[in-house]
Amino acid sequence: MTDATAPLPSSSHRAGSSSLMEYDAGTRRRNNAERRFRAYGLAAVAFGMFFLAVLAVSIIRSGTPAFTRTVVQVDFAMTQQQFDEAEKSLLKTKVYSGLFISALTAELQERGLDSTFDEAAIERLLGKVGGTIREYYKANPAKLGEPVSFSLATSSRVDGYLNGRVKRDTLQDSRFLMASDLDLVDRLEEAGIIHAEFNWPFLTGGDSGVDNPGGAGIGVSVVGSFFMMLVVLVLSLPIGVAASIYLEEFAPQNWFTDLIEINISNLAAVPSIVFGILGLAVFIQFMHLPQSAPLVGGLVLTLMTLPTIIISTRASLKSVPPSIRDAALGVGASKMQAVFHHVLPLAMPGILTGTIIGLAQALGETAPLLLIGMVGFVARGYPGGFLEGFVEPNSAMPAQIYTWAARADAAFYDKAWGGIIVLLLFLLTMNIVAIILRRRFERRW
Amino acid sequence: MNDMRPAERAVTTKDIKFECRNCDVYYGDTHAIKDVSVDVEDKTVTAFIGPSGCGKSTFLRCLNRMNDTIDIARVEGTYLLDGEDIYDKRVDPVQLRAKVGMVFQKPNPFPKSIYDNVAYGPRIHGLAKNKSQLDEIVEKSLRRAAIWEEVKDRLAAPGTGLSGGQQQRLCIARAVATEPEVLLMDEPCSALDPIATSQVEELIDELRENYSVVIVTHSMQQAARVSQKTAFFHLGSLVEFGQTGQIFTNPKDPRTESYITGRIG
Ligand SMILES: Nc1ncnc2c1ncn2[C@@H]1O[C@H](COP(=O)(O)OP(=O)(O)O)[C@@H](O)[C@H]1O
Ligand SMILES: [Mg+2]
Repeated sequence: MTDATAPLPSSSHRAGSSSLMEYDAGTRRRNNAERRFRAYGLAAVAFGMFFLAVLAVSIIRSGTPAFTRTVVQVDFAMTQQQFDEAEKSLLKTKVYSGLFISALTAELQERGLDSTFDEAAIERLLGKVGGTIREYYKANPAKLGEPVSFSLATSSRVDGYLNGRVKRDTLQDSRFLMASDLDLVDRLEEAGIIHAEFNWPFLTGGDSGVDNPGGAGIGVSVVGSFFMMLVVLVLSLPIGVAASIYLEEFAPQNWFTDLIEINISNLAAVPSIVFGILGLAVFIQFMHLPQSAPLVGGLVLTLMTLPTIIISTRASLKSVPPSIRDAALGVGASKMQAVFHHVLPLAMPGILTGTIIGLAQALGETAPLLLIGMVGFVARGYPGGFLEGFVEPNSAMPAQIYTWAARADAAFYDKAWGGIIVLLLFLLTMNIVAIILRRRFERRW
Repeated sequence: MNDMRPAERAVTTKDIKFECRNCDVYYGDTHAIKDVSVDVEDKTVTAFIGPSGCGKSTFLRCLNRMNDTIDIARVEGTYLLDGEDIYDKRVDPVQLRAKVGMVFQKPNPFPKSIYDNVAYGPRIHGLAKNKSQLDEIVEKSLRRAAIWEEVKDRLAAPGTGLSGGQQQRLCIARAVATEPEVLLMDEPCSALDPIATSQVEELIDELRENYSVVIVTHSMQQAARVSQKTAFFHLGSLVEFGQTGQIFTNPKDPRTESYITGRIG
């Protein structure tokens, strides 16, 4: 009787029982392991961020010179009579450059600076000034007799001198630049005649000759890349999505579809240069499509992008819960209706992610483009129109950058870095568009 | 002679909705349904009960050919809906599923608005000529599923944002919106709390007035509460089929008795 009513020993007093207020050895070990793991993770992230920062800083530092150029601004006037006389003389451009030299000298003297220089020095600094002026007046005869302010781009070596790439003490006299020219540059800078400005021609121009880095621009190859991406997008997205939907939703599961699956996975790992030589053999040599055309580049890059898009699209179709398909079939939707009304919208964010990864890869691809002739130096001028944009010879940004980087003149090196900045901005724009689109689709729950 | 005919016809074409004979289902080498023959009557709730894995869902899915979507499933036997073989080559399963609606075990509303969930079936089958007719169908279906009062002010809200019980009633509304003749329900209450369960059970009882309802359940109490006919499955075979009252009070087969008294489970 007393045994039955005696209270049970309270658990806190039971021998060997532990308090919740104290950590036991296992808990401490587990917590330490967790803390260590978090520290590793944080260190890994910090490491990645550090390299990203180094990359960004070095790209911006090396790339910015491409976006500025140095110009000499000279006020100039020419009368109708002077023009007629110049046109009658034998060495026409020599007359124009003579007039320019006197105008420049006068401007320097106005500011109390004295300098003597000859036509050869001006040509080393500013290129063929006479020809430029003559062409201007021939195109704008109405400007004769009025004061005109000429902005003339200096040669890339003067650029280099002003931003520190070319040093006076290491300069060796050459037909490109003499030490004495630098005195003139100093004088011009003192007078405020020479100054830096934003290099619009770099953004709007095309490739220049190997001896004229100052005139080189990325614009034409941006257009080439744009047309190529258009081809890639228009071909690889519908083909890739259609193939994935068929394989994922409709195809029977058998050895044949397994084989296709293995092949697609392997294609995604094929080096891009293989696609390039395939494109050369099939599209150019066999099908006789034009060389160096963005259309061909786009076709080659489509082959490369398709596996990426197919793999990611299939993954995102797989991730749509099967209950959604059952629900649609259950109310009497056909398989196709179930896929297009319910499965595809839910898979769309994933499909867009895969597409943007594929397009970004394609945008940065260089090797296959070199094989089909989309090298930098073909990007001399803009295509004549929208449709011509697909077939007229052009380059693409990475090929253009590669071409510049391979040139001897160090000034092209700046251009290559600048080109990389433009390439990254292009990529960023593409990604932002994709993110906005993805948000659109995600908002449908 | 003449007096006999209406009665005869009533039995074969009105009262019996589904006539299933010698049905077998295989998943690859697994023999999931073994020689099952069942009649499902019109305007009646028929319950399929049995221990889990005995093939209740499999058999239910035969009735609207949902097993077609499983590559390895092979269905044999005769399944007559109003006397027509639903596995005939000329039958389009999509058309069949519009006639034989289905509610699944896990509530699976579309990730769309409540309105679009219900309107989807009528839209693809062209049941409404214009927006106001569609509105009418949506309201009627939601009322039938006893959820109208709860959602009438937020028809544009996502269906996935409702509670589990509301989602299941939304799925029922979606199923009845296409005006099916038979409604198949696979454990419709297994994910629901007791209150939601009793709401759905009430609903099933009301649906009986217009439809033939087949419900799979693992709860014998539920089968006893809502059904008029009960079929007991065990290991892929139909052990016993009869009036619910008879199955629960006076089972003929010892296995049925063991199951309802809790010895097989
Ligand atoms: N998709 C499938 N593939 C292979 N086997 C399945 C599949 N679905 C069900 N089965 C098998 O069929 C049998 C019956 O399953 P099911 O009809 O789901 O049983 P219940 O609904 O009565 O619990 C089980 O043995 C199960 O393993
Ligand atoms: Mg089941």
